[in-house]
Amino acid sequence: MKIAILQFGGTNCDLDVLHVLKDVVGVDAETVWYKQEDLTGFDGVVVPGGFSYGDYLRAGAIAARTPIMNSVKKLAAEGKPVLGICNGFQILTEARVLEGALTTNEYPKFRCHWTNLRVETVDTPFTSKFRKGEIIKMPIAHMEGKFYAEEKNLAELDENEQVVFRYVDEKGKVTDAANPNGSLENIAGIVNTSRNIFGLMPHPERASEAILGSDDGLRVFESMVDYITENF
Amino acid sequence: MQYQATVRIEQKAGMLDPEGTTAKRALGQLGYQVSSVKTAKLYEIVLEAESSEIAEQKVDEMCQKLIANPIVHNYTINLKELN
Repeated sequence: MKIAILQFGGTNCDLDVLHVLKDVVGVDAETVWYKQEDLTGFDGVVVPGGFSYGDYLRAGAIAARTPIMNSVKKLAAEGKPVLGICNGFQILTEARVLEGALTTNEYPKFRCHWTNLRVETVDTPFTSKFRKGEIIKMPIAHMEGKFYAEEKNLAELDENEQVVFRYVDEKGKVTDAANPNGSLENIAGIVNTSRNIFGLMPHPERASEAILGSDDGLRVFESMVDYITENF
Repeated sequence: MQYQATVRIEQKAGMLDPEGTTAKRALGQLGYQVSSVKTAKLYEIVLEAESSEIAEQKVDEMCQKLIANPIVHNYTINLKELN
């Protein structure tokens, strides 16, 4: 098994993800510069966080339109898992493989702190190692993280249980105070309809070892690896 | 022919404009009471095309594919002939 970690100009969480996959989970992973384009031989992709192309136009807009993204779509069409974290989530929505858009935080400030998340579904390749309704902890670090989708699409996301994580308070309640960026319905992460493309604003790679304050994020990567082992 | 397209990108109605809201608040602190502040982005694109219709069509395509995000933005294109 080998997982690709995409690198665009301005990506800066690539090596953190590489560390977690190789040293903590213990699987083969490799960073892939976007010009390589070919993802043959990879069983999954992580689109890591950062500020690809300086967030020019809109966060993720330029990276989403690079040719390597066609290879990502091809790999996803085979059912292989694609995980987009933070800027990676923005890139996946800009590439239109995930619903909605990530817009400027309601209070337009860079927010960098821990958040509590509620696990809304375990029926994805990325959350099989969680319990439904479980409250977990991961940090966010973004200024364009407000999840927005038109009402009709939002209803579909709910109906198909495509919402994976929501920002909640310590007791697991969806409140405005627990919503760091004004995301509609406190949405922190969603999957596509075939459930193998997952985007989230919080950083699981920054919560993958207890010494960092939480290792809840590790289970996202472990679930993904389990899914690949079972299916490919 | 050479054309210059001025593309104005703004948030769709009903979308929040946090930058505008913040500017409005800051103006208030300076003593300016204004009803609203909205931000928009402006692009000037110079291109060659056989006619203004073709130029406009091309720029519209550019907006759909890259310059705007139709989920959250409205855009207007203003075309003028150069030379």
